[in-house]
Amino acid sequence: MRLATLMRLKSSEEKMITLYINGLEAKAEEGQTILDAARFYGLEIPTLCYHEGLSRFGGCRLCLVEIGQEPKSKLVSSCTYPVEEGLVVRTDTRRVIETRKMMIELMLSLAPNSKIIQDLASKFGVKQVRFKIRNEECILCGLCVRMCAEQMDGRAIGFQKRGHRRKISTPFDIRSEECRLCGGCIYICPACQLRCQGPQAETAVCNACLTMDPTCLDHYDELQCWMYDVGRCGTCVREKSEKSEKKEQTRASK
Amino acid sequence: MNIKKLDELRKDILKSRKNGKSIITICSGTGCHAYGCRKVAQAFKDEIKNQNLQDVAEVRTTGCHGFCERGPIVVIQPEGIFYQRIQLKDIKEVISKTIKEKKILDRLLYVHPQTEEKIVYEKEVPFYKEQKRIIFGNNGFVDPTEIKDYIAVNGYSAIAKVLQTMTPHGVLEEIKKSGLRGRGGAGFPTGYKWEFTSKAKGDKKYIVCNCDEGDPGAYMDRSLLEGNPHSVIEGMLIGAYAIGAKEGIIYVRAEYPLAVENITIALDQAREYNLLGKNILGTDFSFDISISKGAGAFVSGEESALLACIEGKIGIPKQRPPYPAQEGLWGKPTNINNVETWANAPMIINRGADWFSRIGTEKSKGTKIFSLVGKINNTGLVEVPMGITLREIIFDIGGGIPGGKEFKAVQTGGPSGGCIPKEKLDLPIDYESLTEAGSMMGSGGMIVMDENTCMVDVAKYFLNFLRDESCGKCLSCREGTQRMWEMVTDISEGKGKEGDLEFLMALAKATRDASMCGLGQTAANPVLSTIRYFRDEFEAHIKDKKCPAGVCTKLIQYSIMEEKCTGCLACLKVCPQGAISGELKKVHVIDPVKCIKCGACYEACNFDAIKIE
Amino acid sequence: MQPEVAEFETIIKKHPQEKKYLMPILQDIQAKFNYLPQNALIKVSEALEVPLMDVVSIATFYNIFSLTPRGKHVITICLGTACHVRGAPLVLEEFKRRLNIRVGETTEDNLFTLETVNCLGACALGPIAVIDGDYYGQMKIRKVDKLIKKFRPEKRSKAE
Repeated sequence: MRLATLMRLKSSEEKMITLYINGLEAKAEEGQTILDAARFYGLEIPTLCYHEGLSRFGGCRLCLVEIGQEPKSKLVSSCTYPVEEGLVVRTDTRRVIETRKMMIELMLSLAPNSKIIQDLASKFGVKQVRFKIRNEECILCGLCVRMCAEQMDGRAIGFQKRGHRRKISTPFDIRSEECRLCGGCIYICPACQLRCQGPQAETAVCNACLTMDPTCLDHYDELQCWMYDVGRCGTCVREKSEKSEKKEQTRASK
Repeated sequence: MNIKKLDELRKDILKSRKNGKSIITICSGTGCHAYGCRKVAQAFKDEIKNQNLQDVAEVRTTGCHGFCERGPIVVIQPEGIFYQRIQLKDIKEVISKTIKEKKILDRLLYVHPQTEEKIVYEKEVPFYKEQKRIIFGNNGFVDPTEIKDYIAVNGYSAIAKVLQTMTPHGVLEEIKKSGLRGRGGAGFPTGYKWEFTSKAKGDKKYIVCNCDEGDPGAYMDRSLLEGNPHSVIEGMLIGAYAIGAKEGIIYVRAEYPLAVENITIALDQAREYNLLGKNILGTDFSFDISISKGAGAFVSGEESALLACIEGKIGIPKQRPPYPAQEGLWGKPTNINNVETWANAPMIINRGADWFSRIGTEKSKGTKIFSLVGKINNTGLVEVPMGITLREIIFDIGGGIPGGKEFKAVQTGGPSGGCIPKEKLDLPIDYESLTEAGSMMGSGGMIVMDENTCMVDVAKYFLNFLRDESCGKCLSCREGTQRMWEMVTDISEGKGKEGDLEFLMALAKATRDASMCGLGQTAANPVLSTIRYFRDEFEAHIKDKKCPAGVCTKLIQYSIMEEKCTGCLACLKVCPQGAISGELKKVHVIDPVKCIKCGACYEACNFDAIKIE
Repeated sequence: MQPEVAEFETIIKKHPQEKKYLMPILQDIQAKFNYLPQNALIKVSEALEVPLMDVVSIATFYNIFSLTPRGKHVITICLGTACHVRGAPLVLEEFKRRLNIRVGETTEDNLFTLETVNCLGACALGPIAVIDGDYYGQMKIRKVDKLIKKFRPEKRSKAE
């Protein structure tokens, strides 16, 4: 909920809920989340899949906070958990910090080239990645899906399958008729934005976008969306042509 | 049909059945279907006709009797003569000797493995003797497609009692007093759960019966729904009345076609008899049930995911609060319970909460149905009072481990549970004790493992299951289960290294703490419990690169023991790679280079000459 | 070659044209055609006014739905815990070897599709293979070849 709206409503006769964040008595409106309440009071909780203009998802598990009292306390995602009367919230317990570090470590193993994730690693003291690097870029945070569905009313991309096979793609992995090439998905993607080379630069040339080949050039004579000046995308065209199949084979054999 | 007429109908049915006829009950659960029980039933019917004994005997195909290891099972009532492993060729004699001449056929009886005593009556078979079959017992007496059978065993008398003499509040109090806890796994006190929904604000309320039963190895709910569907319907009637719901949904998983068939028939019959629909039994209580079918996803057994599935969405669990009791199906207050929980309600109403609460332990009342499977002699479904020990179930009822092998562990709670080792065999079964031991009650799957089961392999198996079945939303669960699986797989292939176990446990804890729903939160259990009790086995894989149980293919070698080999050529013939060489009456040899460790030779050898290490 | 659109319309019309009947409709189409053809999903999306992406999300989420055509005989191996402990993985490996396909794939002659399921609830018979709805219990590695030959008698299995 936006700050301005909250201030307006606070002054009206709306029912206020009292909760305790890090020992501080906080007041929030019914229907708000712990994250809303914490942010209102200036408390910082890191997020990734949360975006003010989109519906709440709760998938990245970065915004965890510990609620309740020992021994019955548990961790919940503050961006989805609603405020409750008398709720006791702590944002930086050891359990929260250790678990958050593991989440960042998992994300790094999937998208090491994302500056946003690298920045999170630096901020929260994640100094090693003990998992095998998968370089999938996509951390399935769902921002692109929600952007496409809610802000652009496109619904061209979405989640498919489940578990470790989950992916985001267009129906049947082919060019979607609903896709209006707006580039909103690329704009909001944390793995796509501001790519970096990792801890050490090897050459003067920035190779940030090297892992993203413009697959649309396999089919068309020019780039298909306006994000070409920020970086190139690899998400909109998945039709298999001979050229792209050969490329995939070379990529797979590496 | 009203309450009085139902009572009269029951009396009429019982009277008409006092005709001295022998009832040949034939177990017709899915397991026995696979054994060919349909042909057996038909053969009995034909033979009765052949011998012109229609006035003397009749056939009744019933629900699952529970002793799945010994199917096809036939129990002749009213005596209770128990014939097991019946074959088509036996049927003529059963009719002519046992039915006509009242002579027992020894060869079809159960033989006690230690005393070698032949046991005639069902209730004396050790498998059944130690059980307390208050819920499951009726399966053997009712044909699930015949409502009259259910009425004959006092069926629908509980809902009649409720409608005539109890208020919704009274029913809630009775269920609360009984101490019944959810049988789906979490063990939440049922009476209180019903009360939440009954007190919730809303014009429309729903109740749901969860028959998703996703735990591999657990099939109690299926056998209840298949075998005695009316008991579940009656339970839901009682619940609907107490909660104030007008609509109920039974969610059955896709893999249970017979259960869907039988519950559909039962619902139609219940409606015919005015036990469902408007103005049930002539009162102003109206309630009906519809069926929703699953589509193959373990996560849809999770409450909130199940509701999403019924609504036609993907089965992704929802953040709670708000709980289903406040905002459930279609946003309305909803109460979800497991099949077995609903089936307990009629019993509690009829015999009273006091009677029920005398069974079991202080915190876990009543009985629980378990599926006893795996490396066990008497595979089947058992119903036991809470508080019985694991040892009693596995050895007294289960008959111990086949092949004289050593018991190693018993896995309870499915993929959310853990393995309990030999040292804890005397643990009394109840919700708290199992959780303390690092496992959980779960829906009731009990998988017995012996010395040839590798615990690293078991952990890998469950993690593989979980990474497939995770809905994939939470990073912690999706990536956590995937990475844990990768690590345990590496360990099982000899690629483990120092420090792996500590890292694995840290990752397991993070997965548990960060995930939103029960699947992710309990995903750590298979790993943590196997490491807790079998750490030395993990270390053997990591440090010595050996699999002591002889299971992990990359770490084992197949060889033939000279002293035991008789040169019979059996293994040679089945080897798909031609890796075995030898002549008749001469010792055979396995070429380790060609051997792909498929296990065919081990299976084929009758002399225990194949060594796996 | 995908089935005719008209055939889907009959199935779709058997249910009320509302979003909440999406699952039963997909289940019926899967039961009839043994898979969900692309044009069926498009038709369902149009008829129920549900975005195609949502229909595809649901169709790919659940195990019983297949978006690719399956073989004439679907062989399902139970990989429940009880069956696993009794040696089901070795039986599965034998099927994979004999049919020369991986789980989820169909043989070249379109005769067999190999799948797994996480529990059939007939644990006393484990390990189990289900072919065309018939249960083959107490499977042993050496029974696999014979079982396959029952459905494909003319051809010699690959591993021989």
